[in-house]
Amino acid sequence: MSLDVTLQTDPGAISTDPVEEARRQIEICNACRYCEGFCSVFPAITREKVFADGDITQLANLCHNCRGCYYACQYTAPHEFALNLPRALASARTDSWERFAWPGGLARTFQARGEALAAALVIGTALMFAAIAGLPGGGAGFYAWLSHGAMVAIFLPAFFLPLVAIAIGLRRYWQEVGGTRITWADLRDAGLAAGRMKNLSGGQGQGCNFEKEERFSDARRHVHQAVMYGFLLCFASTSAGTLLHYLFDMQAPYGFWSLPKLLGVPGGLLLVVGCAGMLMLRKKADPELGTPGRSSGERGFIWLLGFVGLSGLLLYAVRGTGLTGPLLALHLGGVLAFFLLTPYSKMAHGFYRFTALVRDAQDRRARGNV
Amino acid sequence: MTLSDPKQLSAGVWDVVIAGGGNAALCAAIEAAEAGAKVLILEGAPKAYRGGNSRHTRNFRCMHHGDLGPLVETYDEDEFWQDLLRVTKGKTDEGLARHAIRTSADCLPWMQAHGVRFQPSLAGTLSLDRTNAFFLGGGKALVNAYYLTAEDLGVTVAYEAQVKHVGIEGNRATHIDVEFGGALHRVQGRAFVLASGGFQSDIEWLARAWGPSARNFLIRGTPYNRGVVLKDMLDQGAETVGDPTQCHAVAIDGRAPKFDGGIVTRLDCVPFSIVVNKNAARFYDEGEDVWPKRYAIWGRLVAAQPDQVGYSIIDSRSIDLFMPSVYPPISADTIDELAQKLGLPAEALAETVATFNAACRPGDFHPQKLDGVATKGLVPPKTNWARSISEPPYYAYSLRPGVTFTYLGLKVDQTARATGPEGRYDNIWSAGEMMAGSILGQGYLAGFGMTIGTVFGRIAGQEAAKHVA
Repeated sequence: MSLDVTLQTDPGAISTDPVEEARRQIEICNACRYCEGFCSVFPAITREKVFADGDITQLANLCHNCRGCYYACQYTAPHEFALNLPRALASARTDSWERFAWPGGLARTFQARGEALAAALVIGTALMFAAIAGLPGGGAGFYAWLSHGAMVAIFLPAFFLPLVAIAIGLRRYWQEVGGTRITWADLRDAGLAAGRMKNLSGGQGQGCNFEKEERFSDARRHVHQAVMYGFLLCFASTSAGTLLHYLFDMQAPYGFWSLPKLLGVPGGLLLVVGCAGMLMLRKKADPELGTPGRSSGERGFIWLLGFVGLSGLLLYAVRGTGLTGPLLALHLGGVLAFFLLTPYSKMAHGFYRFTALVRDAQDRRARGNV
Repeated sequence: MTLSDPKQLSAGVWDVVIAGGGNAALCAAIEAAEAGAKVLILEGAPKAYRGGNSRHTRNFRCMHHGDLGPLVETYDEDEFWQDLLRVTKGKTDEGLARHAIRTSADCLPWMQAHGVRFQPSLAGTLSLDRTNAFFLGGGKALVNAYYLTAEDLGVTVAYEAQVKHVGIEGNRATHIDVEFGGALHRVQGRAFVLASGGFQSDIEWLARAWGPSARNFLIRGTPYNRGVVLKDMLDQGAETVGDPTQCHAVAIDGRAPKFDGGIVTRLDCVPFSIVVNKNAARFYDEGEDVWPKRYAIWGRLVAAQPDQVGYSIIDSRSIDLFMPSVYPPISADTIDELAQKLGLPAEALAETVATFNAACRPGDFHPQKLDGVATKGLVPPKTNWARSISEPPYYAYSLRPGVTFTYLGLKVDQTARATGPEGRYDNIWSAGEMMAGSILGQGYLAGFGMTIGTVFGRIAGQEAAKHVA
């Protein structure tokens, strides 16, 4: 039996490199193991004795930043080991998204800078105003302002090109973490974990330590669920509209008791409430436990997502009035910016996190540790 | 509530004043506050380091009949008592010990009701899942939970409040002198609970008790347990128990921090190694028993070596047999190179290894159990896992004694009341490490420190509250 001990680092050698620093802290955690019951990260740590770069990337993406381990840690500063695992893993995680993003460079800009996201929103909105002004409408409701054909021409590429970019990033991720062939069981496990936000439960349902320091709270889990399910409902609403349009030849506008509205209105409300809640919780949370230098980009992303939800609801509220045109431009501008920036904004975290959960399920199964 | 204005300390008379801020102190504070008392905790450490050695603990040894919380099967009073008798070799007080054991069963649900969460046994500790309940997140999570509970009950906490003196008239304590915010304050109280730990972090005291070699010891726990309150009580003639010259020490990685290294400085490779001193000579049977039963005696063994240092040496076949150490091993392709890197006499080390290798016999090496693979004709022998050190690369870890706690403490009765020169004090109770010597005269039983702290902390709090009611 042999072990590559050259991977091991000196526990006292604090590093500025995100991967090196995460490795140093993870090694200390593996020698302690007190936090094993909090989330999936610690059992995954105990399955290794030394940690290659790919292991660090996987652990970093598995971490949901619940912060339970930080407040329970006997080695946080001023201790000379100066552990802050939530921050170390957040740094390594963000670093990995920026490394995997294609084309490179864009992620750095949009993950770090809220202003860049705001600028993208302004440009998207301006483009939509220009499109509405320059292209003929054709149909009822908002199609009177911008025709269905024009919308498809703009949003089909704006939807699929980012998906291609995300797929390239995920493929790079999968190679780095040493993933194997994915089974339905892996996807089911990951889906259950993400669907219940199991890794924000604190291990026993008491929640996480995001906004109340060492006191546990389920607030972040709840607002994140609101955002996630709100987003998924909105997405389902758009998909339902597309199906109705093409398969059943039923064109917008749809009434309240139609599938797109029944999915979209609650979805929009959840998205708006969730984003507002998330912004409020972030104000109370200790920024020292999050990703250094990414706070503005993360906040900007929540604002953008909330704006998409709010403008969508307003668009419905002002239907039949002269405000439809400007609001349509605002809403579609937001959607355009949001779609195009998906691979380069905080939105990417959902894809990587889910992939990390798939990999974790796979690894647990491979080691007989389900 | 956290106290910030020093004037509050001496503004009135507190019902219960508690010296210390670890597990025992918190249990006492919660019990007293629940009984309606106005409670002040004087914690010597800053908030980040609050909780004394409890911060480094991970479990609670508990008697139980049938499954209880995370505990499985049954661990009855008699088995618990026999375990204690074995490790202390009879140096215990049966009455107090059995009282602690019996009360432990009620403590676990009480702990849960006051915010403590438990988790199943940690990876690599399955042997303890019947006897020891592990805290979710470890001892600091427990300490946090208790501070939050105490805060909700209206307990006042002063951090960085160094107790200097307990004012006693006859059998009655009247006040505590505490240094807070750079000045000395007199805190008046009606009942006092002393739960401020042992003296292991006062290296000079340790050196006076143990000998000058104690200056080379590492202290595994908090640097704030300097025994100031204990010494003050001794000076005032309080009755003590426990051997003042002894401390509990285990062998830990020699590169560990001087203080507060805690659990991660643990080193589990000794049974698969040969251990030499700074002269490259072996000095004890490394394979006498499985490591959980031997790590405690190795503290003393290393303490008896020149410069209080040892070196555990393995070859590449053994590097994957134990829990990873937090420090990377020192590695080399030859024994000679390893000796250079460790600063050991190369010829002597080569000879020690060669002699050991020559004494090894073929056998069925089995790392998980006593395999009986022993040396022949070697002094001292290695009686299990004696496999030659011959497959490079070679690896070494240094070893030093790591002190966990001291045995000297205040003598208490079953109500946790301390005794002075004129008999039992009217209003002074003690709990936790500060009186654990009453029950642990020698040796240690994993998780029993937290049992003593919880049982007697609660009793002290209840009794103090009764006294002021």
